[in-house]
Formats: sequence, structure tokens, C-alpha cells
Amino acid sequence: MKRSVFFGAMAAGLVAGAASAATLDDVQSRGTLNCGVSTGLPGFSSPNAQGQWEGFDVAVCRAVAAAVLGDPQAVEFVPTTGQTRFTALASGEIDMLARNTTWTFSRDNDLKFEFTGINYYDGQGFMVPKALGVTSARDLSGATVCIQTGTTTELNLADYFRANNMDYEPVPIETNAEAQQQYLAGACDVYTTDRSGLAATRATFENPGDHVILPETISKEPLGPLVRHGDPEWGDIVRWTLNALVAAEEYGVTSANVDELAQGTENPEINRLLGTEGELGAMIRLDNNWAVNAIKAGGNYGELFERYLGEGTPIGLPRGLNAQWQNGGLLYAPPFR
Amino acid sequence: MTTTAAEPPKQSFHLGQLIYDTRYRSLTIQIVALVLLMLFFSWLVSNTVQNLATLGKDFDFSYLGQRAGYDINQRLIDYSSESTHARAALVGILNTLLVAFMGCVAATIIGVIAGVLRLSSNWIVSRLMTVYVEGFRNVPLLLWIIAIFALMTEGTPQPRDFREGGTASMLLFDSVAISNRGVYVPAPVWGPGSLALGIVFVLSIVGIWAWRRYAHARQERTGEILPVFAVSLALLLVPSVLAYFVLGAPIGLDYPELGGFNFAGGLHLRNSLIALWLALSLYTGAFIAEIVRGGILAVSRGQTEAAFALGLRPRRTMNLVILPQALRVIIPPLISQYLNLTKNSSLAIAVGYMDVRSTLGGISINQTGRELEGMLLLGGFYLLLSLVISSAMNFYNSRVKLKER
Repeated sequence: MKRSVFFGAMAAGLVAGAASAATLDDVQSRGTLNCGVSTGLPGFSSPNAQGQWEGFDVAVCRAVAAAVLGDPQAVEFVPTTGQTRFTALASGEIDMLARNTTWTFSRDNDLKFEFTGINYYDGQGFMVPKALGVTSARDLSGATVCIQTGTTTELNLADYFRANNMDYEPVPIETNAEAQQQYLAGACDVYTTDRSGLAATRATFENPGDHVILPETISKEPLGPLVRHGDPEWGDIVRWTLNALVAAEEYGVTSANVDELAQGTENPEINRLLGTEGELGAMIRLDNNWAVNAIKAGGNYGELFERYLGEGTPIGLPRGLNAQWQNGGLLYAPPFR
Repeated sequence: MTTTAAEPPKQSFHLGQLIYDTRYRSLTIQIVALVLLMLFFSWLVSNTVQNLATLGKDFDFSYLGQRAGYDINQRLIDYSSESTHARAALVGILNTLLVAFMGCVAATIIGVIAGVLRLSSNWIVSRLMTVYVEGFRNVPLLLWIIAIFALMTEGTPQPRDFREGGTASMLLFDSVAISNRGVYVPAPVWGPGSLALGIVFVLSIVGIWAWRRYAHARQERTGEILPVFAVSLALLLVPSVLAYFVLGAPIGLDYPELGGFNFAGGLHLRNSLIALWLALSLYTGAFIAEIVRGGILAVSRGQTEAAFALGLRPRRTMNLVILPQALRVIIPPLISQYLNLTKNSSLAIAVGYMDVRSTLGGISINQTGRELEGMLLLGGFYLLLSLVISSAMNFYNSRVKLKER
């Protein structure tokens, strides 16, 4: 009896290993989406006073959960550090990662992940205390720099200082919270990460005005959600959920009017997006109102940006590159047809 | 010749015997266990291979030859972001060895002192040591590492406070600066002639060794006790100091000075190293103290009384009678404490100390996605290091253990 149980468990383990390719089925049978987020970066993903995760990256997870399961709350958030995020995704602990992660060639191809789009166009910057009197990153030779390990920013930093013949002392840090604490204690002169991350971190300081973000942007950091390689179906779902949020802003579909518009409109593109026309949902094995659910979860891209990062928030980031293409930004959702 | 012993009935072998016959039973069980074990391992390997294939990954160590691309703050050998991942791993290995070695030495010193003092008849001293041992032994090491690190980052001044008119100042005639980025001490500068000085120093150590041998032999022969300590101290200092001045002060000191953002020059002991080293030493020292105390208590009281009866003073009793016997009890558990300390040094990541876990097993894995390869190498390294430490200590143990004739 015992032996048969043992072999049964073994067989089950083998089957589970083989079946993990179909992430959509796993998520639907589980009833929750496991989504990897950061350990806490205000504006992008951090728990609020009620212990609920919220932020710009969190909203992407919730939109995907709403599209797949019809419930934006059906998300299990897994906090990951810069070092643990890829292992968590590769091992199947999480179904998708939405943790301001930079899309690079080697991550896409060598690490075997699939980036499903870009939800924030960013670049790496430097933050220093105003009291240092530094106005340019070129003045930073000899500085002590706090840097999150296992990130692209770590590599950019090494390249930038090398290319400009400057030396520096890296202080490797595991999470944004630790970096903030070290930086405020003066254990490092400079904190470097994505400019959005700097703005978000600075917004939580007691005196944000005492710190400046230097004008130089030393890299391109296209941040986006990603999934495992080898399950294109699941990758498409995450990709088109993100596209739906972007397209919704373009067509003026908001969380407030989506129910009304879902009754049918004059615009066939909106009708296809919201499932009143065509069978787009079935093509990605979802209900036809998947996009309605995704948009209702938190709103379209513009609403999410305004709520978590925009100029009305303490973080106060301008839309910049993250505006719609008609407004001079880079957001450009492919057609829904 | 008529009666012949009947041939014993030839037993035919049947399968049931494999279980019910005691001659075969143990063999059967062992074979079954072996087969199950092999099945388990082959399942493990095939599962790994299958999962790697599902992820589209291969198993390849060639990433070690690629450019690492990241910088490491504490390097004992030349390294830059242009170096390879293998070089980065080596830098990490040396950092691990450094903190492990420093930790083992300090933990032994702390442990022996605390262990002996805990047996002190002075109530306050022995109670203080009890508080130390129980306090450090019963709180997780990680907490101590973080607590000491936080204390050093938050409780010490920033480098810019050392400027003119600042709130902080350097210690010991402006030679040592304790800042929240680490402790800066003067660094030796090896000028011409320092090799000769080094040779003189080594020769005087040889001289000390020879003098002790001679003194010991003479005491064995005549019973006369020669002044070993004073002569040793003189041998250690006098020739070196003389040579230093004769050679025209070949070794200078490079003092740390505030320049730009940080102190420049001197030797920079980073807070991460100090915090990790202190925490590892104090934590493991508490365990060693208990081992030492146990070792001393294991030597029977009669030995001390016998030594006193022979007229030996308490210090000589300790050095000549108690400790040599206690060592036999102390060494074996001490080995495992050294191994623990070495392996615990992998908690370095908590304070950003760039040990082998942070380079080979951290950043390199993250930048290349070679989790399996990196973790196997890391495991192999710690295994090898532990085996080396353990065999070195076992060698020492066989030297001090009871020689039975």
C-alpha cells in the first residue's frame, strides 16, 4: 500500500512536470493567478495601509486575472527581489512577472523568457542629496553608489563609469527598501536605478526637496511584464491584455463607461475590443468579454498611470514617452481585428 | 562399509528463501534498497533534464568564460567589469576565505577566553560570560549580522562630517577614521629594502622557535627553567626594529585622507566585512565557549589536585595539565564549529558583502540565467572547502589525541 502511494506520488510529480506548459489551464483550475511583483516600490507595487497590493505593475496583474478568471482580486502576489525574480518565474512558482523588469535581448533569449510588451518606457538615472552640490553625473567620480544587485542597472553603471573613465565604489543592495535606508543614512552618496523608481523612492522621503535626480539618463529601460518561454498561448494573453489597456485609452474606453460601451457602439474597433462584435476572445481561449473585465479591473492605461504615477500623485511623473502615439509618446497598440 | 551417511537432502533453491532465509535476507534488502535509490536518482536526473528541455535550456559551463560586466567593491585580486565570470567567482571565493579565516581566528580567541572565564570563581565575570553565551547562541545569526551592520551604518558619522568644521574627527593622531562606510586605517607602503626586513622578521621567528626548543630540551635535561617569554619577545622585536632603522625605514604608512566624496588612501575595511566578521565571530565564539568549558570540566578534578600537590602553580597547571587533556575533548566539536562558521559566511548577502554566494551564486546566475550550473559549482566549492578544513583539523586532532602505547 505504502509503496503504491509512493509510486503514485512519483508518477503525479512526473505528470505535473510535463503538464506545466499550459499555464492558462493551470491558472484556471487553480482559480488564482500567481503574479511576481517587487518587494515594495511605491507607485509600481507595494502593499497599502490595508495590506492590499497596489500600484502600476500590480494593476497589470489584476487586469490579467480579470481577463482570465473574471475576478481582479484572484491574484496571489509573490514579492521577489532583483535576484529571485527570474528563478521564481523559470521554476513555475509564478505565472507572470510584473516587476519593472527591463526587456533585453539576453533575458528574452538566453534566460528563456518572453516579454509581452512594455508598460513603462524608462531610463536609468542618479539621485543625490542636494547638499552635495552635484549637478551632473560626470561629477560623480569617486562616489559611493548604492545599486540593486542582479539588475540591468548594475551593468549600465559599470559601463557608464568605465566609458567616462571614472571610478566608484558599488554598494550592492538587495531591495529598494534597503537601498533607501542606506542612502538616507549617507552610507552611499548616490542611488541609481530607473528614473521612475528614483521618483517613487524620493516621494516617500521625509523631505523629498532635499534630493535631486541628475539630468543624465544613461540607458534605455523598457519595463514590461514577462512570462516563461515555451507557452506562446499564455504569452499572447498577457500581451493582449496589456494592449487592450493601451487601446482602451486610445479609444476613450474607461472603467466608468466600459459597461455602457459594451452594449455596442458605432466604432467597430471598440466593438471588437469589447466583444460585441467578432470572436476575439475565443481566439485566445477566453470569454468574449475578457477585455471588458480587464478594463473594469482598474481602468485603461491612462487611468492607471494617473492613479499610481501621474502628476496628481506624490510621485508626480509626467507621461513623457509613455503617452499615446497621437500625443507624441510611444504607446501604440496593434489593431484589434 | 555398509553404512554410509545419508547424503543431506539437496535443497532446491526457491524464491521465498530470499525473504525467509536469514542467509539471503540481508542481501535481498540491500539490493532492493540500492535499486530504489538508483531509481530515485535516475528520476531526479531525468526530471531535471526534462524540465530543462521544457524551458529550452541547456547545461553548459561556458558562461564562466564570458565577460562579467559588473563591478565588485572588495577585491583581493585584480578585477574589473571586463573580467570573466570565472574571475568574479574567484574574487568571491577569496572574499569568503578571508572572512572565514578572520572569523575562525577571532571566534577561537573569543571562545577560549569566554569559556575559561565562565568557569571563573568571580561571580560577576562568570555571569557576564553566561549572558554573552546565551545571548548570542540563542538568537539567529542573521539578526546579529543585520543588527551590527545597522548599528555601524546608522551610528557612525558620514565621511562628509569629517570635513573642517564637521561634527566628526579622526582617531589616533588623525590616522583612523570610523565612518558609516567602513573603517579607514593606514595602509603599509612597501618601499625598497622591505624584502630584507621581511627576511629579518622571518629569521627572528625561526630564532624564537629554536630558543623554545633549546629551553625545553634543557629543562628536560637539567630541570632548570629558562626565561622563554621575555627572550622570545626580545627576539621578535629587537632585530626587526634595528633592521628597520638600519635600512632607512623602508615601510611607510599611507594615511587615509578625505578627498572628494570619500576617504582616499589607507586601507578601507568595509562595514559589510566588519559586520559579517564580528557577527560570525561572536556567534560562533559563544558555541566555542561552551565547547571549551565542557572540555575543561571533562578533565577530572583529581588532575588539578595532583598538579597542585606536585607544587605546580595554577597557570602552569592549566597550561601543562588541564589544557592538553581538555584539547582532546575540544578539538572534534571545534571542527564542526569552524565548518559552521565557513558555511554561515554565505549569509553575507544580507549586508551586501561580495562573497562567493553573491558573485558566483548571485549576480552571475542572475545575469546569465545559469541557475543549475551556478548552484552546483557553489555547492561543490563549499563541499571542497569544508572537507579541506575538516581534514586539516583532523590531522591536528590526531596529533594532540591520547597516544596509546
